[in-house]
Amino acid sequence: MSYFDEMGTSENLRDPYAAYSSWLQRQDNEALIRKHHDAEQVFRRTGITFAVYGQEEAEERLIPFDIVPRIISAREWRRLSQGIEQRVIAINAFLEDIYSKQEIIKAGILPESIIAGNEAFLPEMMNFRPPRGVYTHIIGTDIVRTGPDEFYVLEDNARTPSGVSYMLENRSAMLRLFPELFRKNRIRNVENYPQLLRQSLESVAPPECNGKPTVAVLTPGIFNSAYFEHAFLADSMGVDLVEGSDLQVTDGRICMRTTEGMKPIDVIYRRVDDDFLDPLTFNPDSVLGAPGIFDVYRAGRITIANAPGTGIADDKALYTYMPDIVQFYTGSKPILKNVPTWRCSEEDSLAYVLDHLDELVVKEVHGSGGYGMLVGPTATKEEREEFGKKLRKHPDNYIAQPTLSLSTCPIFTESGLAPRHVDLRPFALMGGDKVRIVPGGLTRVALKEGSLVVNSSQGGGTKDTWVLDDD
Amino acid sequence: MLLGRTASGLYWLFRYIERAENVARIVDTGAHVALTGDADKSDVWPSVLRSAGVDQTYAANVDDAAEADVAEYLLRDRNNPSSVLSCIENARSNGRMVRTAITREVWESLNETWMTIKDGLSKPIDLDTLIDHIDEIKRQVAQIRGTFHGTMLRDDRYSFCRLGTYSERLDNTARIMDVKYFVLLPSASWVGTSLDNHQWRSILRSVSAHRSFSFIYGTDFNSTNISEFLILNRSMPRSLIYCAERLDKTLGYLAEHYNQSQDCDETAHNLLLRLRALDMDQIFEIGLHDFLQETIQQNNALSTQIATDYNFD
Repeated sequence: MSYFDEMGTSENLRDPYAAYSSWLQRQDNEALIRKHHDAEQVFRRTGITFAVYGQEEAEERLIPFDIVPRIISAREWRRLSQGIEQRVIAINAFLEDIYSKQEIIKAGILPESIIAGNEAFLPEMMNFRPPRGVYTHIIGTDIVRTGPDEFYVLEDNARTPSGVSYMLENRSAMLRLFPELFRKNRIRNVENYPQLLRQSLESVAPPECNGKPTVAVLTPGIFNSAYFEHAFLADSMGVDLVEGSDLQVTDGRICMRTTEGMKPIDVIYRRVDDDFLDPLTFNPDSVLGAPGIFDVYRAGRITIANAPGTGIADDKALYTYMPDIVQFYTGSKPILKNVPTWRCSEEDSLAYVLDHLDELVVKEVHGSGGYGMLVGPTATKEEREEFGKKLRKHPDNYIAQPTLSLSTCPIFTESGLAPRHVDLRPFALMGGDKVRIVPGGLTRVALKEGSLVVNSSQGGGTKDTWVLDDD
Repeated sequence: MLLGRTASGLYWLFRYIERAENVARIVDTGAHVALTGDADKSDVWPSVLRSAGVDQTYAANVDDAAEADVAEYLLRDRNNPSSVLSCIENARSNGRMVRTAITREVWESLNETWMTIKDGLSKPIDLDTLIDHIDEIKRQVAQIRGTFHGTMLRDDRYSFCRLGTYSERLDNTARIMDVKYFVLLPSASWVGTSLDNHQWRSILRSVSAHRSFSFIYGTDFNSTNISEFLILNRSMPRSLIYCAERLDKTLGYLAEHYNQSQDCDETAHNLLLRLRALDMDQIFEIGLHDFLQETIQQNNALSTQIATDYNFD
């Protein structure tokens, strides 16, 4: 199978890589090997680690960083960012609709069954409009590419997408390792993401908040796999990083316990799942959230970002309807394509999927992080049979997609460049005023030869992502 | 304004760092005494355990403790909450918790310290390289302190870090003296013997003051001078009065910063006033041991009061 390579071949180099490639050829290989090792040291020193659940040994691991950047031309980025903005606006409109009038169901575009009995749908959110009508303040759209103009959205992460700290740290590592590259190439800046995030969050403060809104980041704590990112974002925005135990309801507001008594919060960027957000409304065993926050929220006295209940929008069962959703709310054709998807809940589709397990990727509707999925072509016969059984038992739990020939991008190895599959997660910020998207995003790369799984929990790495300033 | 939990994290981060260094220095003193002098040395290592305040938690018989056991226990035993390794790990997890309240430079030097120390102490200690381990620990801690002073804003965050440092240091100096209080008692018959000369020097060494002592007192080693130096000398950075002054001043900065005074301000001020009012004759009259015990208790009460007043938990 041949794959589209982001860099192209030596005879047929793609334009965005021209300058980088000629620079690379002038480099001494020994020096590059040294930089390759330096990079790891840089990350270890900064303590950028993540925890892998279920692995006692490696309580803190580094996400491997590859020194070859993924480069996107200005023209490609224009199209991608327009497509993302369109999709983000549609998703937000969909949430506002599904939690109020449900016009899309009345119009017969979406079956009612998609929300009835769906755990990602939160009845508690019905007929409540969050400040400025924003639900998905932060969205990470996973995009893959199969050809020069073939971009597909793989997933819309509308709950609490992570990875943006790696985007920022990757850039800062590249600046440190290869400053000359940034002198010679016009690469668009990503470093203002924290400022944009803070502006965006401030723009959705509750209406009664006058003066500068108090923003805080809510983390489950230092044992969470993404704790580094939570701290990083709070730090770079210059806001407090709070845990559930720091919060309590005082005078009808959510307040944090400080050295000067209780201080109210206007906007909380929570990195705690819906289930754990408020033991009084959701999971009563949760110690990670703030008891009573949901009532304060419904009284309009705090903004929660993202809003509870956004999970319904990135549910994989809903994914298959995304083209219709975009069309319905924006009135125009989707700029970015969906991957063709079989809903295993439908009988014909299930039969097809079972017959073609060796060609398909089968995913759990509610899963994330690459757990509980089957990559047909690389799975063994036994694994496929085993998975087939699960599939027959709970067809509603699964969707299937063709194995996309994901584009590759070279990574640096001691024996030279080697192509590996990549995806891209740009981050979009939806404020009360506008949508903000930093150019690029996080490029994840499957480090194992031939592997299509880019998740960091499954051995994936990351790359710096460049968006060039001119064509 | 800070989260109470953040203030607590900063305070403990710096207590643990201070403790790590103190424990390392106590081991260093033990090793030095064991190698020098000519008196009976059988009590050197038990006494090291007592100075480090871990004789209660040490599982085996303290009086049988030998160099290798003590070095293991004080430097790298994770079951000992005061071992250097435990202290550095605790300091780092507090640092991780308050990551947003310290500068990137402080965090990185703390993280590097943790990696270096953890790596250096990953294998049982070879006594021939004991001194290298100690030097490494001191160097690492000095680096954290350097980035801290060089990069932190002088605001409430800085003050809580300082409170942690001085609460721990005051406690340490008082405890080290208390373990050896009988050596420090003025006794005509002891003066001038090489034994107590040696013991006194070792006390000074364990608070890194064996050189600075001579700047002030020359070679006049005697119990009164040494006690005075460690208790009442206002320029000695590990003396009780110096720590008490810093605590008092730092709480004053906080009260000014928040425009609000707290009960702990008075507790700290009383601790300082008591030290200022005493001279060595009066302290020996109270009884050195009783005086030190009382000071340790006052200092503990102060720590508790700080935690209450500033919503540590």
